[in-house]
Amino acid sequence: MAEATATTRSVSSSPEPPRETLAQRSRWKRLLSPLPILTGFLAVCVITMLVVILWNIVAGGVGRLTWEFMTGAPTHGMTEGGIFPAIFGTVFLVLLMTIAVIPLGVATAIYLRYYARPDAWFARAVRVAVNNLAGVPAIVFGLFGLGFFIQFVGRGIDNAFFGGALTFGQPAIIWASLTLALLTLPVVIVATEEAMRTIPNDYLEASYALGATRWQTISRVVLPNSLTGILTGGILAVSRGAGEVAPIMFTGAAYFLPYLPKKLNDQFMELGYHVYVMSTQSPDVEATLPVLYSTVLVLLLLTFALNALGVLIRYRLRGRQAV
Amino acid sequence: MIDKVPTLPRRPATQPSRSGDTEAESRMADPTTVKMRSRGLDFYYGANHVLHNVDFDVFAHSVTALIGPSGCGKSTFLRTLNRMNDQIPGARLTGEVSIDGNDIYDPLVDVTALRRRIGMVFQRSNPFPKSIYENVAFGLRIAGVRDKRVLDETVEESLKLSALWDEVKDDLNKPAFMFSGGQQQRLCIARALAVRPEVILMDEPASALDPISTAKIEELIEDLKVRYTIVIVTHNMQQAARISQYTGFFYMGDLVEFGPTAKIFTTPSEKRTEDYVTGRFG
Repeated sequence: MAEATATTRSVSSSPEPPRETLAQRSRWKRLLSPLPILTGFLAVCVITMLVVILWNIVAGGVGRLTWEFMTGAPTHGMTEGGIFPAIFGTVFLVLLMTIAVIPLGVATAIYLRYYARPDAWFARAVRVAVNNLAGVPAIVFGLFGLGFFIQFVGRGIDNAFFGGALTFGQPAIIWASLTLALLTLPVVIVATEEAMRTIPNDYLEASYALGATRWQTISRVVLPNSLTGILTGGILAVSRGAGEVAPIMFTGAAYFLPYLPKKLNDQFMELGYHVYVMSTQSPDVEATLPVLYSTVLVLLLLTFALNALGVLIRYRLRGRQAV
Repeated sequence: MIDKVPTLPRRPATQPSRSGDTEAESRMADPTTVKMRSRGLDFYYGANHVLHNVDFDVFAHSVTALIGPSGCGKSTFLRTLNRMNDQIPGARLTGEVSIDGNDIYDPLVDVTALRRRIGMVFQRSNPFPKSIYENVAFGLRIAGVRDKRVLDETVEESLKLSALWDEVKDDLNKPAFMFSGGQQQRLCIARALAVRPEVILMDEPASALDPISTAKIEELIEDLKVRYTIVIVTHNMQQAARISQYTGFFYMGDLVEFGPTAKIFTTPSEKRTEDYVTGRFG
């Protein structure tokens, strides 16, 4: 086939018969091109960097990964003790975030896929907003959270219900989690829409033909069948949210707290922020290094585990669709 | 609700079919009653004019076959009968389609109630990824039926009507996907029967099935026409001849000929019909 193509080509361009086939020529070209060498070198660089980083963190952090470390509170200016408050705060934070982001993201995806006309200006505006939301720097979300949630919404609640006493108008876990929810909203919307796209139209037609309304079709056919996709989106959102520091540093994360957050307007400690604090704000950064290594390792393990879970669920979802 | 639309008395077939149907009238026990009717029906997908001025009568308690080459508009016509084309963006329709004399495209008509009266079975069997029981019960649940006894009875009755009960009665909670293609298609028929429709539209229900499963579906259609009115799209000429009492031949968006099946297949009035049913094209 390559022969034939080469021949017709040469006939139209030059009367000389071709000395080599196109396949041969392209093989030579490929070998002599600098691109494979460059890309191969870069790939090795990336892998090396990842291995070095991981090796460094695991080697430095694994020694301290004890039960006491996982369940204790920081002591001695964060050079001793554990990181339980930070783990607890992280879990609490992403839990609240999930509660906020899943309904909002799923509702948006349903709107975009099943209610909006694809060419409607509002639907297009929502899509543009979702895409741009994913590109906004995290620190901007933090500032937005401070300005909107704390100063506007929080103050508003204080003035309306607490006689102006400072209750919700200050950094708190609820505002940090809502800020993170905004940050991770695109992840959930995209994953949910993706899952809904894979639902065969046959199911929808069957449902409509039985006299189902659009909402009945969505609630009884679409949602049950996109549950795995929604779950994947949720997990990806959590793994993204759990690693972010910038959005929470103005909106609720605390340097150190002697208690665990119990109310929505409590401040909290968080793993990523804890790493930031130990490495930049500590009176003796050198002395915190061992704890720092282990904290980073825990943070990495947490996000890796969540990502792996997301991938696993997606894989299973694909497997089921193949049936 | 469609029931709120003032009900006109059932009209007898004052204007039977183009080719005359005296033969059918003598053959049918029930003097032919028009169940569904289209008049001057034009259908468009965007700028595409896919049905031209179709006048069609569907007679009650009979099987009406729609035949014609691919893309001739027979499936589109079928889907106008329960307004399934409403889902398609850019679809437009003029003319009239009625059931028992009531216009189904009247703005007052509740489409969901209409679709409960006019059920549908699709070309590819499309059971939900649920159990046999839940598949059959789906239509009842969305209609708000909660009574377990009613659900159980209807599921059993529908599965019996679709000749599937004996094969699945011990596996009602097993997922529908565990059954064969033919069984899944009969399950889809049972699911359509469960909401007690008056008309059942079938879009090539056996085209993806093996001969034995096809025979079972055909037998089933034969049994069902006693209670229901059936309109079936088929590519299989023998099938149309075997199971239907009336046949409409569509070609390039026109209803070329409509009449008793025996006449269409033996002495068609149109040359194109003759060419098609004798296999000269299509």
